Amino acid sequence: MGAQILFFLCAALILISAIMVVTVRNLIHAALWLIATLFGAALLYASLDASFIAVVQVVVYIGAIAIMFIFAVMLTRRELLIKTDQTNANWPLALGLSAVMLVALGYVIGGFGVTLNTTPAAIPAGVDPLTLLGKALLAPEAYVLPFEVASVLLLAAMVGAVYVAMNKK
Amino acid sequence: MDWMLLLEWVIKSFVLSLILLGGFAYLTWFERKVLARFQVRIGPNRAGPYALLQPIADAVKLIFKEEFTPARAEKILFFLAPIVTVVPALVVAAVVPWGPDIQIGSYTLRLYIADISVGVLYITAITSIAVYGITLAGWSSNNKYALMGGLRSSAQMVSYELALGFCFVIAILMSGSMRPIDIVDAQRNGWFFLIQPAGAFVFLIATLAEVNRAPFDMPEAEQELAAGFHSEYSGMKFALFFMAEYTKMITISSIAVTLFFGGYLGPFVDQLPFLGPIYMLAKIVALLFFMVWVRATLPRIRYDRLMAFGWKVLLPLTLALVLITAVGILLAQEVNPNLIWITPVISAFAGFFAIGLVDRSLRRKAYAAR
Repeated sequence: MGAQILFFLCAALILISAIMVVTVRNLIHAALWLIATLFGAALLYASLDASFIAVVQVVVYIGAIAIMFIFAVMLTRRELLIKTDQTNANWPLALGLSAVMLVALGYVIGGFGVTLNTTPAAIPAGVDPLTLLGKALLAPEAYVLPFEVASVLLLAAMVGAVYVAMNKK
Repeated sequence: MDWMLLLEWVIKSFVLSLILLGGFAYLTWFERKVLARFQVRIGPNRAGPYALLQPIADAVKLIFKEEFTPARAEKILFFLAPIVTVVPALVVAAVVPWGPDIQIGSYTLRLYIADISVGVLYITAITSIAVYGITLAGWSSNNKYALMGGLRSSAQMVSYELALGFCFVIAILMSGSMRPIDIVDAQRNGWFFLIQPAGAFVFLIATLAEVNRAPFDMPEAEQELAAGFHSEYSGMKFALFFMAEYTKMITISSIAVTLFFGGYLGPFVDQLPFLGPIYMLAKIVALLFFMVWVRATLPRIRYDRLMAFGWKVLLPLTLALVLITAVGILLAQEVNPNLIWITPVISAFAGFFAIGLVDRSLRRKAYAAR
């Protein structure tokens, strides 16, 4: 029962802070609420015994990406941020797409046959999830291709960023 | 949950926090005394014998100072920023093992608070959260200098975190585990400092940047930014920033000891387990002395050079060191265990090469062209 209460607390944190992200006017506050959302997701992972994913979530999203948001917002002018519109003309379309996504996700998750009383399966003794994850990411019969494709994509993005920032003379 | 276990955790956390905070108070005394000796002064000598009561006098002074909040500051964030800075500095110490298990009758006292399988990653996660306190303090003060200090510190910490993270990777590679206790155990046959000296040095340099110490104390460069991110803070709130900086020095020294200097290991530690914390403390004090020594010796480096050093020298060097360590371990496993000693030789060469690159990469191309 405790796990369910924890889940609902995390879910409430994630949802409330996610709503705050898109509604507050001050961009720094929005970034801070986004951090709360990401932290809630990390809590969810931790409550599912996925400590590696939880810690990586904190390192990558809170420690690197969100700090970059804050960094970028701080370099912009404060008055400018507060007066701009929060939506543009495409909001009905976005609302419709979100509704479709909600229905689709609800349908898929409903298909799992999970109820509120389902307890998570325990990790078998003698199995190190971290080693399994590492091997799966680099094994040719598992996920090495997607892993390498993702890293090439990131490398391309990095080269692009350097090119854009480069002083062309 | 077994309530005895919970009680044990609470007591251990409480004792560790007290040790860290007491350590903070006397680290300020230690730094002032050592700095004074370096500068051929006497240093503090009024409050008590050897000025041992000086930290208490400072604390009393700071508690009774007026708390001041700037008129157009972000009140909530201004209040939260010191707390967000102090808490990571304290909680990061939870995974550091301070000694081997001590048997008291039938009860086993474990000298660490949390045994997390991804302990080293936990350390990186917490240190990456620590950036927020300083950044938010700078932003919420509504002061240009404070904002500049906060921006500088966030950029600096994010940059040096990469080098720091790769040094963690080196230690993980050599021990084959992310659990701090296993990392200490893997150093029974030789400290990782001996196998990867360049990595240990890079780690020490990156920690100086991570805790905003000289010569990387950019966020508080007095000549340029008044007091940097804590310009607007006074009284106890200022004391919290001060506390965070010095507590971080202690915890990050303890992490460096755990990763590269054999943790609590030392002669006779298996027979007499209570020697573990003593060895640990001696090594931490040695590293703290090193930090103060660096502060007394080196001037602050310019901001653009600081960033160039982090990105153009330290990051490629640590990447190379990770590769060298991995190759060395592979050779030792597959061919001959003695081949592990190729690692320190090649990494020392890599280190000297990087030192040669320092001057080249730090030169400003725009000025050189003129």
